[in-house]
Amino acid sequence: MNFIDNPRKLRGFEKNLKVEKVSRRSILKGLGVTSGFVLAAPVMTRQAFAYETGAGKMPHGVVVDPRVFVAVAPDGTVTILAHRAEMGTGVRTSLPLIVAEEMEADWSRVKVQQAHGDEVKFGNQDTDGSRSTRHYLIPMRQIGASARTMLEQAAAKRWGVPATEVKAVNHEVVHSASGRKLGFGEVAADAAKESVPSIEGLKLKDPKDFRYLGKGQVGIVDLHDITTGKARYGADVRLPGMKYAVIARPPVTGGKLTSFDPDAALKVPGVEKVMQVRGWPWPSKFQPLGGVAVIARNTGAAIKGRDALKLVWDDGANGKYDSVAYRKELEEASRKPGLVVRQEGDADAALKAAAKVVIGEYYLPHLAHVCMEPPVAVADVKGDKAEIWAPVQSPGGTREDVAKTLGIPEGNVTVNVTLLGGGFGRKSKCDFALEAALLSKELGAPVKVQWTREDDLHHDFLHTVSVERIEAGLDKDGKVVAWRHRSVAPTIASTFAAGAKHAAAFELGMGLVDMPFEIANISCENPEAAAFTRIGWFRSVSNIPRAFAVQSMVGEIANATGRDQKETLLALIGTPRIVKPAVKDLWNYGEPYDSYPIDTARLRKVVELVAEKGEWGRQVPKGHGLGIAVHRSFVSYIATIVEVAVDDKGKLTVPRVDTAIDCGTYVNPERIASQIEGAAIMGLSLAKYGEVSFKDGKVEQKNFDDFQVVRIDEAPLVTNVYIVPPGPDTPPSGVGEPGVPPFAPALMNAIFAATGKRIRALPIGKQLEA
Amino acid sequence: MIKVKINGQEKSWDGDPDLPLLWFLRDEAGLTGTKFGCGQALCGACTVIVDKEAVRSCITSINDVAGREVTTIEGLHPDGDHPVQKAWRQVNVPQCGFCQAGQIMQAAALLMDNPKPSHDQIREAMSGNICRCGCYQRIENAVHLASTGV
Repeated sequence: MNFIDNPRKLRGFEKNLKVEKVSRRSILKGLGVTSGFVLAAPVMTRQAFAYETGAGKMPHGVVVDPRVFVAVAPDGTVTILAHRAEMGTGVRTSLPLIVAEEMEADWSRVKVQQAHGDEVKFGNQDTDGSRSTRHYLIPMRQIGASARTMLEQAAAKRWGVPATEVKAVNHEVVHSASGRKLGFGEVAADAAKESVPSIEGLKLKDPKDFRYLGKGQVGIVDLHDITTGKARYGADVRLPGMKYAVIARPPVTGGKLTSFDPDAALKVPGVEKVMQVRGWPWPSKFQPLGGVAVIARNTGAAIKGRDALKLVWDDGANGKYDSVAYRKELEEASRKPGLVVRQEGDADAALKAAAKVVIGEYYLPHLAHVCMEPPVAVADVKGDKAEIWAPVQSPGGTREDVAKTLGIPEGNVTVNVTLLGGGFGRKSKCDFALEAALLSKELGAPVKVQWTREDDLHHDFLHTVSVERIEAGLDKDGKVVAWRHRSVAPTIASTFAAGAKHAAAFELGMGLVDMPFEIANISCENPEAAAFTRIGWFRSVSNIPRAFAVQSMVGEIANATGRDQKETLLALIGTPRIVKPAVKDLWNYGEPYDSYPIDTARLRKVVELVAEKGEWGRQVPKGHGLGIAVHRSFVSYIATIVEVAVDDKGKLTVPRVDTAIDCGTYVNPERIASQIEGAAIMGLSLAKYGEVSFKDGKVEQKNFDDFQVVRIDEAPLVTNVYIVPPGPDTPPSGVGEPGVPPFAPALMNAIFAATGKRIRALPIGKQLEA
Repeated sequence: MIKVKINGQEKSWDGDPDLPLLWFLRDEAGLTGTKFGCGQALCGACTVIVDKEAVRSCITSINDVAGREVTTIEGLHPDGDHPVQKAWRQVNVPQCGFCQAGQIMQAAALLMDNPKPSHDQIREAMSGNICRCGCYQRIENAVHLASTGV
């Protein structure tokens, strides 16, 4: 599956990598301001930083140009573009804040403007993979420093003094020798005429002078709008003459419409039209499934109209998909040898010779994203031009796919990115925007396509379903000398290429082949698994089942040897070292290994930190238990301790969660805490309830009553977050996703401590009852 | 013709009387602060206050609120400075923010009914409102803060 190793290749069938000249007018239009740093062609560059990242290898790489990202108005208002999508991580605040920090802008005079989808102009915009801060900390600092330098140079020229004597300080440029000062706005027009300084010569601020970065004092830019109902999400876009549509889609992936009768639907008040929507065969990346659309004057009428449709479907080949039977297939596959993807020593021989073998077979079902905002998009297609408003994580990819779907040039497509009411990977797939584009073209009018919650559950790109089987061989002293991990799950590659049955490198690299334990004999295997529905990225992806299995197994080994969980974990991690797994393509989240190695000193550190702060080993009341787990993902290190309480009826509560994270250099610790608090809730949700199951090819769950998520009355009473202070040159690493994987295994280890019951299949459901 | 007062303004509707209030608010009246999350009163994203009670507008028809007073997030306070809104900002509650209008309306209704709720009462009253981002700890703290003075 070489084609999928680099996520950029997942994007499109054809790519336009040509760097266009961007006119002054288009940048002016883009920024919507009338003066400032708005000049000609952007500089596409990749610089030597203190550390290297994989940013330059993403589609369209990185653009470092203040003229693209920053505008200063005559009144001093600084406008900074946010080119990544806001789905709740705080990125729309964090990245502009970095620019403001370096340019010495006063944050209260900064406006953040959302960039539309244009990767030639802005660089990569795929907001996924927990990459934004790690790829853009340095570029955003460079952009800010360039802007600052241009302001300083312009003031120096006006005053006839050397530029080295002028300093930008808090929204002013200052010549301290003469006491002269100018506001940013007063010098902006001249600064715009300055040439952009070379990146190599830029002087970045000394971190000790930071006012905003690392402090956590700045609230998110949308806070007031969110609390007053003014924040605009995809569903909130309204255009003159806009129609409202819902679509009935084939209930089985790859199914087709046989016939439909629109008569009853057309009688519903407010319904204006019923029409077929083009569908693509499965698999075809993010192309729409097709079906029948009901067009109405409001969404309520469209939904009522759809309920009245008479539809006959041909379910096709996936109509036999059955989760109960499929689980057995996965379990059987996990018990036989599979494609070897990492081999060190001789695990077979060592397992045979082991004094004791501990075996765990762990099952995780499909999971749905269920973002609070179901998929939704507005499109206005006129002739060969299309404008889209949508909550998409990948505005650049959406632009490409809309152009391809409509058969128009990419330059004729504008993708406006609204706020995302949750993303979690679902909104990396732009199928809903493509549906809106197709419908608008047919209707000749702007249209909003709204998915209902039932649509969302029935037609998600689901998290995979998996069996992870681990066999750990122990010598007579209880030391682990052999480790065999077989991971069986349908691959995301199956959404892009029919018949893909092995995990792609990026999936193998999420907790399987990058397993950090110091064990002499290791075998990681990946038996085949076929897909029967659309598989996609879900927050933290394959790390969920892998961390669940590996860290549950640590608990099982602790139990088998009668040792403490934490001590067992540290013994398995072993000596502080850089792990060099014998793997052809480690992937490493797309990052260069020199900057982002698997560093067991950092892994140990988060275990020790959470154990200390989280009071590992404390006395807990009867019926309570403590569990611990650690996992490296998205090149961050995270350890979690969960305290669980299980009453005599098997009812589970979580009194306390402690998490330590080492995400390297960071921007906003307050948002890191919110991500980790939220990850605990998502981890608890998937552990307690998370299951999408299929019968006769159809998803059995419909809404939040049968696909449950954790509510406030079952949330942990307290989640404490501890952030490891970074070293001076520690590269930034992921935050959005890494909090999820360690939660479920820490909870399972806690449940075992509390009850003696080892849960190996999620969700917990009723397993603790009776 | 159905007449209803929304945020102090008289509105009328002569279409389908069964139209859920949610879609009347969002699509016909242009008040998009109230969100659609499930359509089945399972998630609370669409919560508005009718007279003094929190209701799920996705299963409440426009006919059900004829002659009554509906308050949405846009009408909770003219400047957005209701104690609950202020507390929300002070505690930095939201992540994606999509469910927050419903959460805030539910919390405002709770405090009208019970100005000093205990933590258990807060969790009980807010348990119909889902936040997939998982801001619950902060929601609880913000409601508590709003009840004790912001």
